[in-house]
Amino acid sequence: MKYKSQKVAYWFFALSMLLLVLQITYGFIMGFARMGFDNLHEFIPFNTARAVHTNLLVVWLLSGFMGAAYYIIPEEAQKELVSVKLAYVQLISLALVGVVAIIGFHFNIWEGRKFLEIPRPLDYLVVVNVLLFLGLILTTLFKAKRRTTTSLVLSMGLLFAALLYLPGMLPFDSQVTDSFFRWWVVHLWVEGVWELIMGGILSFLLIKLTGVDREVIEKWLYVIVGLTFLSGVLGTGHHYYYIGVNKIWLVVGGIFSALEPLAFLAMALFAVNMYRKGEKKHPNKLALYWTLGSAIVSFVGAGLLGFAHTLPQTNLYTHGTLVTAMHGHLAFWGAYAMIVLAIISYALPNLTGRKLYESSRGRAAFWLSNIGMIGMTVAFGVAGVAQVYLERKFGMDFMTVQKEISVHFVVLVLCATMFATGIVLYIIDFYKHGKPTDEALDI
Amino acid sequence: MLSKKQARAFFLGGTLVTFLIFIGLTIFSLSKGSDQTNQENLSADVVRGKEIWESNNCMGCHTILGEGAYYAPELTKVIDRLNLRYDGNGEQVIKSILMSEGPWQPNGRKMVAYGMTEAEAADVVAFFKWIGEIDLNGFGKVVGVDRKISPLAKEKINN
Repeated sequence: MKYKSQKVAYWFFALSMLLLVLQITYGFIMGFARMGFDNLHEFIPFNTARAVHTNLLVVWLLSGFMGAAYYIIPEEAQKELVSVKLAYVQLISLALVGVVAIIGFHFNIWEGRKFLEIPRPLDYLVVVNVLLFLGLILTTLFKAKRRTTTSLVLSMGLLFAALLYLPGMLPFDSQVTDSFFRWWVVHLWVEGVWELIMGGILSFLLIKLTGVDREVIEKWLYVIVGLTFLSGVLGTGHHYYYIGVNKIWLVVGGIFSALEPLAFLAMALFAVNMYRKGEKKHPNKLALYWTLGSAIVSFVGAGLLGFAHTLPQTNLYTHGTLVTAMHGHLAFWGAYAMIVLAIISYALPNLTGRKLYESSRGRAAFWLSNIGMIGMTVAFGVAGVAQVYLERKFGMDFMTVQKEISVHFVVLVLCATMFATGIVLYIIDFYKHGKPTDEALDI
Repeated sequence: MLSKKQARAFFLGGTLVTFLIFIGLTIFSLSKGSDQTNQENLSADVVRGKEIWESNNCMGCHTILGEGAYYAPELTKVIDRLNLRYDGNGEQVIKSILMSEGPWQPNGRKMVAYGMTEAEAADVVAFFKWIGEIDLNGFGKVVGVDRKISPLAKEKINN
């Protein structure tokens, strides 16, 4: 590492790892419940497990993005963070808000709005927390002599993510308008501004790992994030087909969401081409695995599998079925989880001075988690398609169909076990690196 | 060949234009004449029903308007479906489930026993009724009682 203040990133990454383990644990509770083993129902009913699972996903990814920003911004701006103490205050408050929200979910304290279950008073604390984070990042950039495209795109993504949290806090009496503006947060985060964050991190990693000229990489970064917004903003319409708003969204959402895979395809081609052009000398092959893997898997999960059910004619039958869970799992894994694991794999040896590049445990973590997640996606996909035909086409009762497809949940849990084994190996590697130290400066 | 400056102009210009179109379409689709959100029929009991729906995170298991957790049945048009199955007593069945003090476990999947009052259960039913009246661009048919039923599946429908 080059700047002492980058060390704070390590603790955000550590928080990410802790929350990821919890997220997976609650995922297993849901998987077993789907198989019929709902023994924890009295303490953790399905809706609690589900809210914890999805909200932990958001919080651990945000913690990873924040850690990435605290690592990348000083190096890109060539300046220490303006206040390390406040960054630690921000970390602790983020963890506290997350823990309080999760505990509340177990006592029926929530908003009951998919992905945005955090109760309103905690929403205000999230806003304060994110403002503090942005204040630190933007002030550091403002005071710096160098402002690179990579750092600007990353910061712009983080700023827009904060702004877009606000529409989700607007109160509506109508379920339809409530849902309409909830997607302003959820869709425009994951299929909009989070892609800016992903692009920024990807660009930083490619510059460091491939040695290709910054100007070339950053030029293509602009093209990719441009494609993302061109398709993704109006692509929000694919959530509006069947929730009770005007038919105009069938046309607009259909056309623009069908274009969304282009941005992911561009990102995958960009990453692979930069690798081919590069010197291939960087010793941290694990970080390269995760970086290229993220670009490729996000194209498959977010791009191709999203396209598979985005057209209105298809979505009429797949809307509200396990087909969405199929797409959601691989999309989040490829686009956001893997890019966070990539920046951690790159940053960790630099922060701690321990160059565990050639760890077979690290490679096993990569392959087991990816193969496991692909297996989970297939299980959700087969279950979802069967559900569509039996329930939506043949008119069978929902619960009868769930029994018919229950064997796929066994496959889901088996694949999830393989996935979780990969994640455990990754975390063991994380632990083996030890803590960040000033002795790692300029190594 | 594209320069970095042109690439930046593509990003900023494209983003600005699509955001403006998006906001324009939002205003259009929620304005009078093109609005189909059933806003005009929102009553106090429907709003209370929505609050009960949210405060218990029903979406954490069920789906409504196709949105939720896919663990328990879609509740759009649920009254129609239950009316068909229970000889027109759909509303009463829903109220009984919501007011039940004991656990409800259809086909092995457990539902939290909410033990609601009669008034609360009536509000939730009003909410479901209001949802059922929304023009859903064809989705209502897919989850409603008039969906196409295969002869192969008929014997399993009422199980």
